[in-house]
Parts: sequence; C-alpha cells; structure tokens
Amino acid sequence: MPTAIEIFKHLPKKNCGKCNYPTCLAFAMQLANSKAKLEDCPFVSEEGKAALAASSAPPIRLVRFGSGQRAIEMGDETEIYRHEKKFFHPTAFAVAVSDQLPKDEVRGRVEAIRSVRFERVGQTLGFDSIAVKDDSGDPSKFASAVEEAASACDLPLVLVSSSPERMKVAASKVAARRPLLYGADQRNLAEMASVARTLGCPMALTGAKDLNEMADLAAKAKATGLEDLVLDLGSKSLKDQLEGCSKVRKLSVKKLFRGLGYPILVDAGKGEEAVLKGMLAVMKYGSLVIFDDISEAQALPLFVLRQNIYTDPQVPIQVKPGLYPVNGAKEGAPILFTTNFSLTYFTVLADIEKSKVPAWLLVVDSEGLSVMTAFSAGKLTPEIVVKALESSAAKERSGSEVLVMPGMVSRMSGKLQELSGMRVVVGPKESSGIPKFLKNLS
Amino acid sequence: MTEVPVTKEKWTGKIGVVSLGATADEGGSRAKKLAIGGETGMPFLSYEGAMVNRPLIAGEVLDYLEELPEQVRKEFQADCEDPVTWAKAWISRGADLICLKLHSTNPEELDRSPEEAAQTVLKVLRAVDVPLIVYGSGHEEKDAKVMEVVSNAAPKERLLLGQAEESAYKSVSAAAMANDHSIISFANLDVNLSKQINILLIDFGTRKDRIVLDPLFAALGMGLEYSYSVMERIRLAALMGDSMLQVPLICDTTSAWKAKEASEELEGHDGLEERAVWWEATTGLAALVSGADVLIMRSPSSAGIVRRAIDGLSGGV
Repeated sequence: MPTAIEIFKHLPKKNCGKCNYPTCLAFAMQLANSKAKLEDCPFVSEEGKAALAASSAPPIRLVRFGSGQRAIEMGDETEIYRHEKKFFHPTAFAVAVSDQLPKDEVRGRVEAIRSVRFERVGQTLGFDSIAVKDDSGDPSKFASAVEEAASACDLPLVLVSSSPERMKVAASKVAARRPLLYGADQRNLAEMASVARTLGCPMALTGAKDLNEMADLAAKAKATGLEDLVLDLGSKSLKDQLEGCSKVRKLSVKKLFRGLGYPILVDAGKGEEAVLKGMLAVMKYGSLVIFDDISEAQALPLFVLRQNIYTDPQVPIQVKPGLYPVNGAKEGAPILFTTNFSLTYFTVLADIEKSKVPAWLLVVDSEGLSVMTAFSAGKLTPEIVVKALESSAAKERSGSEVLVMPGMVSRMSGKLQELSGMRVVVGPKESSGIPKFLKNLS
Repeated sequence: MTEVPVTKEKWTGKIGVVSLGATADEGGSRAKKLAIGGETGMPFLSYEGAMVNRPLIAGEVLDYLEELPEQVRKEFQADCEDPVTWAKAWISRGADLICLKLHSTNPEELDRSPEEAAQTVLKVLRAVDVPLIVYGSGHEEKDAKVMEVVSNAAPKERLLLGQAEESAYKSVSAAAMANDHSIISFANLDVNLSKQINILLIDFGTRKDRIVLDPLFAALGMGLEYSYSVMERIRLAALMGDSMLQVPLICDTTSAWKAKEASEELEGHDGLEERAVWWEATTGLAALVSGADVLIMRSPSSAGIVRRAIDGLSGGV
C-alpha cells in the first residue's frame, strides 16, 4: 500500500472537499489507511488512478484455483515473519495421480487421498488438491484420467503436463473446475499461455535456471495477458528452496519488486526429502506443495505444522473451557483448575498425566491468558472460577469436594472457598510440582 | 533479460561463538571441541551470511528411565539400561554430542546423591570422546548441589551445564564458573525474559561465550508456533545488535514425545511409530529453521531425519 504522501502526489490538491474530507492531504491519509475510496475524488486523473492501483496491488498476487467451496487461495502475503502480523493463506497440499493408472485405480487413489482426514482442535485436516500427471504422453489417457479424478472428488485439480496440446485436451474437459495448469517453460510458453488464457485457468511457470530467468518468464506470460501465475522455482535441495523462496518473499514484500510477486509451488517428489520440503514450504513461503506420495503418518505432522504456523499470533491460542477427566478420573477425584491459555493448559495437563493420579482438569475461560496474567487482569477471579464450575456442572460430574488452585494465585483461596462451598487446596506454584503434589494429596 | 534486485539484509549484529568440550591441550579429554553460533544472518540463508558452524544434535541419555517411551526403548534395547552403553549407541548413530540428564537425583524419585550422579558423568566421559551437556532432574535445590559436584568432578572438560533460570541462577552458574564450564540460560518463551537471564548471568560474572540460551521450544501441536516466533524474534534482535541475545540457541525436542499424537493410537489411523518419529523430527526442523544451534533429541530415527535435513539445508545434499 502506498504512503499518504505518495497518494497525495496524484491528487488534484484543490482541497474542494467533495470527497467529504477537508483537504486532499486528509483524504490521502484516509486512503493510505484503507478508510476511503479513490473514486470519491471526482478530479483524480486517469494516470493517477492507474499509478495508485498499481502501487496498491498486493505485493504477492492472490491466485485462486479450483471452484466452489474448496477453491484454494494462494499468495497475498504481506509479511516476512509471522510475528509481524500473520501469514494469511495456508500452504495447500496436493497429491499426485499418474495417468498411467487404469481408470478405476485413478478413482481409487483419489478417494484414498480424499479419505485422509484428521480432526484436531475443531478443524478437519486433510489434503487440498489432486495433481494429475501426464506421464503417458497420450492425450486421451491424460484427459480421461483428469476427468476421472474430477468426477471422483470435489478437490481443486492441478494438471501436470509440458505439452500444450495434451494440456488443452485435458483442461477443456474440466475448465469449469478452474484447474491450475503446470506448467509453462521457455519452450512452450506461448502455446501454454494461450491454453490458459482461452480456458481462464491459472498457470504455473517452471524450468527457469535462476530468479532472473523466472522473472523473464513471468514478464513474458504477463505480456500475453495472463495475471494468475504461480512460480515453480525448481529447487533441487532444501537449501535452494529456502533461499529461493526467501528471496522471492523479500523482493516482493520489502522491495515491492512485482516481477516475482506470485505464489510459489514446490514440486516435492516423494520420500523423506519430500516431507521435509513440504514442511519447509509451510514455514518459509511455499503456497502449494505437490507430493508424489506421502504416508498418513507423515501427513499428520505436516498438517499440524501448518495449523501451528498459520495460527494468528495476535490471538492468544486458547483451548475450549470445560471439565476434562485425566488419567481416567472418576467420581471423587480432585478437581484442579487452570486457565485456557493453550501453553498453560498443555503444561498442566502433561504434569497431571505424569503423576498418573486420576484427576479432573477444569479449564477456566481466562480469554486465553496465562494464570498470573489473567489474575492481574481480573480475568481469573473467584467469581469466574465458580462460574466455570457451574457451567461445566463440575461438582455433579466429578462428585468431588476438593478444588485445587494454582499456587501462584493463593491469595484468592479464602474467597474461593467461601463462594464455591468446596474444600479449596492451594496447589504448587509451578506446574512441575503437580506430580508430587497429587501423589501426596491422594 | 530481467535483472532481479539483490535482497541481502545488512545485519549489524553477529552471534557469538561458544565452544563445547575441551581437548588435551586445555586439560580435557575430548577428541575435539565443537563450536556453535557465529551466525551473521538468519538460519541457513548463505547469501545473507555464512552459517559457519553447522547446528548440532545431542543425543539424550537418561540415568533413570521412568520417562522413556516404549518405542524409544525399543530403538536402543538393552543399551539404554546403562548411560555408558546408551551414549556409545548414540555416537554410533551419528549424534554430535551427548546430553546426559541426571533424573535419578530427583529427591521425589530415586534421590541418588550428587556424588553418584557425578560418577555417571565421569563414566560417560570415559566412554565417549564428544562434548557433554549435563542436566539435573529439574528439582531446583537438588540441582544446585548436583551441578556443584559434577562441575568439580570434571573440572577441565568444558561441560555445558543446565540450567540457569531467573529464579535460581546463582548456585548453578557459580558451579559452572568455578571450573570454567558453559551454562544453559533458560527463559520461559519470552524475548525479554531471555535477555534478562543473560544479563543476570553476565552481571554475576559469567563470560558471554560460555552461555547458550534455551527459550523453551514447545513441541509440534503443543504451542510450537509460539516458540518458533520467539526464536525468530530473539535471532532478529541479536542480528540487529542486541548484544545480550547474541548467543547460540539450544532446543530440547524430547517434549514431542508427550504429544498425544506421538504417544497414542488415533482411531482409524495406523502408523503410530512412524508418526511419533516424525513428530519429534518436525519439532526439530521447526527449531532449526527458527534459529536453533543445538538440538537435544530423544529418538535416533528422528535425529536421523533432522541430520539429513541439516545436510540439505546446508547445501550438502
């Protein structure tokens, strides 16, 4: 986004007030903060409009492929490090299907990929896309595998072929699904771009030996009228991938260099290195990863890494408040309470588990704050704890009369005992003291 | 041909180098010293600044097996019943150094004496010739005593002793300083607290090139993103010139084995063992990418994946 001063240069400087702001400078400042629209100025020139539109375009273009609810959005990232704000569009994972498989096996494989699903903290984790590969070199085989994959699932498709002719035949069958065409290189650029343009599909660029060549390729593709581009930097090693992706992200975001301002595709291959490449893409600027093959056991850590890295750092990570049994807690086991800041919760939970003593863990809604922070901010009071006891029907469910509180907030023990009507026991100050504490308690 | 501009960051700061272990010329008995730190750019970006010292993997050895998951026990079999054979097994599986955790000293468990624990340290030192990291049991008062005895028992070996926290740093760091060992400064997931503990240690007399910082690396699915960003922020602040953060970073990935996904069958999904191996490996990879100089790892299979990742990231493979 351009600064207020850059915008101001393009305004008429009449201070006419027709935009509902007293001066052009005031209007420019509102524009810079996205609180006003350029159209509100009746006098801005066409050149000014064009200049501002270009400089306010996102540093990395938002590219969509697929259709409907499962369409994938890539790019439009604005940060180098996630703590600066957040990463916006989670890395998408595609798994490849070869067109050399018999038709029913194509369907079987797509269904198998689609069926890899995990439920975790309220989200469903799974693969996002199917990449159909033109391994056969046979246009009808490729087209029929693409059609079969499309009918077998609702996931967005990547069509992988270096032949514009075969790409055209296959992509025309599923153009309404808006597949990503992968890809165009120096040799086939004009023909491949014409297929993409005709069918309205995004296109991936590949085969460049360095970033200069890639920028060249992107410029040529753009000159044909294509805007929705994706870059395959063709990284051979993890080092190449990390360095290439880091350079592209920095060039786009920091230098506002537009020539490489597109999402990055990582063609990871298979085996251990592919998983590592996928994980690296999640952390460092990859928008789409294609795996030839990946096991379920490798997929879950990959999915969870993505879930973690794409968490909004500005929102405290919270767990759901409520009463949880630990170590098979039954009637009469003590209740321990803590806050719903996820790190606090994980630590306390792990320490209770370590004790092997059955206990109930009451997670109090402290708006995601840790114990001491919540206490200081008035988000962890005897009243709030009692409310949590009531809303989770803790006393009834646990049949417990003992409530263990974090030692750090022992000051509220008297009031809590009075309000809860339970026997309040002050627990250890540090979670690491829980195992010993629980063993002695029982 | 398009000329893409150069994006090299100009960092003013540099991470200090810490040397682990001591060789015969310093009175120690290690085959060689291992250097960590020295970065002049963000992790593995060779165009920003050379990563002069490759990140290291320390194999975890426990003297009390209570906490050791069955799967890891199977990987080591009988070797893990004795810290000596366990340490040797780690070396044959490619560990760069050994991290010995003296959990047996915990007064709430076996309550072994500091002297007994120090004997274990000496035995491991005799069995392997790599540098050693030594932790107590996490019991504050006992650790102070254990570290003092361990420090005196191996006075010339330049051990890396864990750990100094804001609430209890004097006795442990005094024990380290007494025999010129190095020390792990520990802060709980916070850039400012990390800086604070380093300031306290240096004010107390610890040399900066004897400090390795552990900002607590939370495992995959257990707050990893939080640690990942704290690590990046620490490293960025150091490269921008904050001298109190210009120290190497150490991350313990063994907590990954506490994650549910790494320790329990998931209904409808096979492959617990492979998943668990990847759980620790993924935690290790995230630590490396965000700035770790040393990883303490539990499973040799996970460590193998991470070692190959370091190869790949360093341009070796």
